[in-house]
Amino acid sequence: MSVLLDILASVGLWEAVLRIATPLILGTLGVLLCERVGVLNLGIEGIMAFGAMIGWLTVYSGGDLWAGIAAAAACGAAFGLLHALMTVPLGLSQHVTGLGITLFASSVAYYIFRLAVPTASSPPTVEPFRPLPVPMLSDIPFFGPVLFTQTAPTYLALVLVAILAFVLYRTPLGLAIRMTGENPHAVEAQGIDPILVRIGTIMAGSALMGVAGAFLTLAAFNSFFPTMVQGRGWICIALVVFALWRPGRALLGAVLFAFFDAFQLRLQTAVDGVPYQLFLMLPYLLSILALVVMAQRARVPQALMQPYRRGER
Amino acid sequence: MRFERRERPSAALTLLAPLGAIGAALALAGALIATAGANVAEAFGLILQGALGSRLGITETLTRATPLILTGLAAAVAFRARLWNIGGEGQFYMGALAVSAFGLVPGLAAAPAPVAVLACLVAGALAGMALLLVPVTLKLRFGTDEVVTTLLLNFVAILFVSMMIEGALRDPLAFGWPQSVPVPDVALLPQLVERSRLHAGLLIALAMAVAVWWLQERTVFGMRARAAGLNARAAAFAGVPLGRTLVLVGCLSGGLAGLAGAIEVMGVKGYVTTDLSPNYGYSGIVIAMLAALHPIGVIGAALFSAVIFVGADSMSRALGVPSYIADVTVALSLLTMLVALFLVQFRVRR
Repeated sequence: MSVLLDILASVGLWEAVLRIATPLILGTLGVLLCERVGVLNLGIEGIMAFGAMIGWLTVYSGGDLWAGIAAAAACGAAFGLLHALMTVPLGLSQHVTGLGITLFASSVAYYIFRLAVPTASSPPTVEPFRPLPVPMLSDIPFFGPVLFTQTAPTYLALVLVAILAFVLYRTPLGLAIRMTGENPHAVEAQGIDPILVRIGTIMAGSALMGVAGAFLTLAAFNSFFPTMVQGRGWICIALVVFALWRPGRALLGAVLFAFFDAFQLRLQTAVDGVPYQLFLMLPYLLSILALVVMAQRARVPQALMQPYRRGER
Repeated sequence: MRFERRERPSAALTLLAPLGAIGAALALAGALIATAGANVAEAFGLILQGALGSRLGITETLTRATPLILTGLAAAVAFRARLWNIGGEGQFYMGALAVSAFGLVPGLAAAPAPVAVLACLVAGALAGMALLLVPVTLKLRFGTDEVVTTLLLNFVAILFVSMMIEGALRDPLAFGWPQSVPVPDVALLPQLVERSRLHAGLLIALAMAVAVWWLQERTVFGMRARAAGLNARAAAFAGVPLGRTLVLVGCLSGGLAGLAGAIEVMGVKGYVTTDLSPNYGYSGIVIAMLAALHPIGVIGAALFSAVIFVGADSMSRALGVPSYIADVTVALSLLTMLVALFLVQFRVRR
């Protein structure tokens, strides 16, 4: 019991929470955008892998850290465009297309990585984002290190939650996005092309997924290796259900999840005699639990996974 | 530009579209090979030669195709009923682990070989089934989306395997490498061809493809499963017991994936490690789609993938093109096949 309290009292745990949460926040926002406009995007796992690779590669070959983030966003948007073209105008199965995008994006990422680094026993590292203490605020005891001594992309992710919530609920664009996810026929009747709204929104969401991947290599691990995404994309898909498709709750879900992840990591070293694999299973089992609890209350966007064909009902 | 549904897709188009899709995928993969600085024609030549140009190549390709046929069938039967089982990878590992655990049953080593083999195969299939029944139950009871739960359970299953082969099933003679205790000799599958790794698992996989075809085309269960996939509401009105049908489809799908794992352990490796499967479960999804979910087509699609994987390995050694090109090619053929199948169904009008 005292072990648990010791872990909970350590600043290190709480500092880690926002760092672990950042890729989940970005990825969850990306999935949320896609699903709010009516399209499931199972491409996230692969888009994150590609974002991680291209972000790392940009910086490794001499680019700026922000250039790495931009490259990841651009590539994410490109994969998003591919997913959107196949699922929206063609109306192909969103499950299968998304999985295809994941397999394609991740295998191309590994291919390009192996071209760049043909043989290396340990993956080459880059100089990652450094923590950026916010003046004044970072001096507050406990809250300073926990909230205000993070890396720049973490602040960006937090700001994005607010921006996205504002855009979705307070702008005509957001109204069009939400409406397309609920009733694309009504959108068409308003003189807005639901197909274009879907394509654009999926690209934006997928760009966020790319950035989520780039955070892994440019702020969390500072190197790339295959299979590094480790199901984080799938966890984001589960978190969107947990968040009931709302940006604020997505932040809450990602932070809550990251807290459990940081906690189990510390528990692994603190508790003897329990196989470490049991702790590593916890994040996945928690996501399933969250899905089960929330699936009951979930108000799914009405047109999710319904392809829209003009003139067809 | 708009799309118009074809009244009756022509037979020629239906046959040519998949070939066009494979051709497009190979062309795109060729472009990637060119960026690696290799001669594309030489690379494709080496892939074919590596996979089919020698006795060793052919037996290796068939060995590789064996688990792929089974995981492809697992995905195909589930998808046809709109049960999105993406958990083939985890079910594969549970099947493999079950064989290794079952090998410890006292008396198995002394049992006659056919009994031991059959018992191990059944154990593997049951383990795969059990893992898939969790998300199926959650779906039926709570309405939880099975896509995400099956995906997440893959990671749980592999961690469980890792835990067992470092714990209760650890091989003490493996010099510290985490691997499971070996399967007793009586439970190993017989070799099919001398001096090769090809084993009787291939025959089991082929038999399963025929059995699944029979189940789907000639039984009430097959008809119900298809009805549930085409339109669940209409099927329910017509009196199809949806819940029971989905559970049965889940048993079949999970069982096939578990069987794949069991056969891989009993035919090739003899023990379980956490790198037993080079994504056999995920490849099964691609194979099912390439085969348009047809059980006999799965055999062809699995052979195609096996040729790419085995051939790319030997091409990669010769030319230095990363062997990930195989995964890229297979993923690309999934995407191009989806578009090709669309073009069979619809015509493009301006």
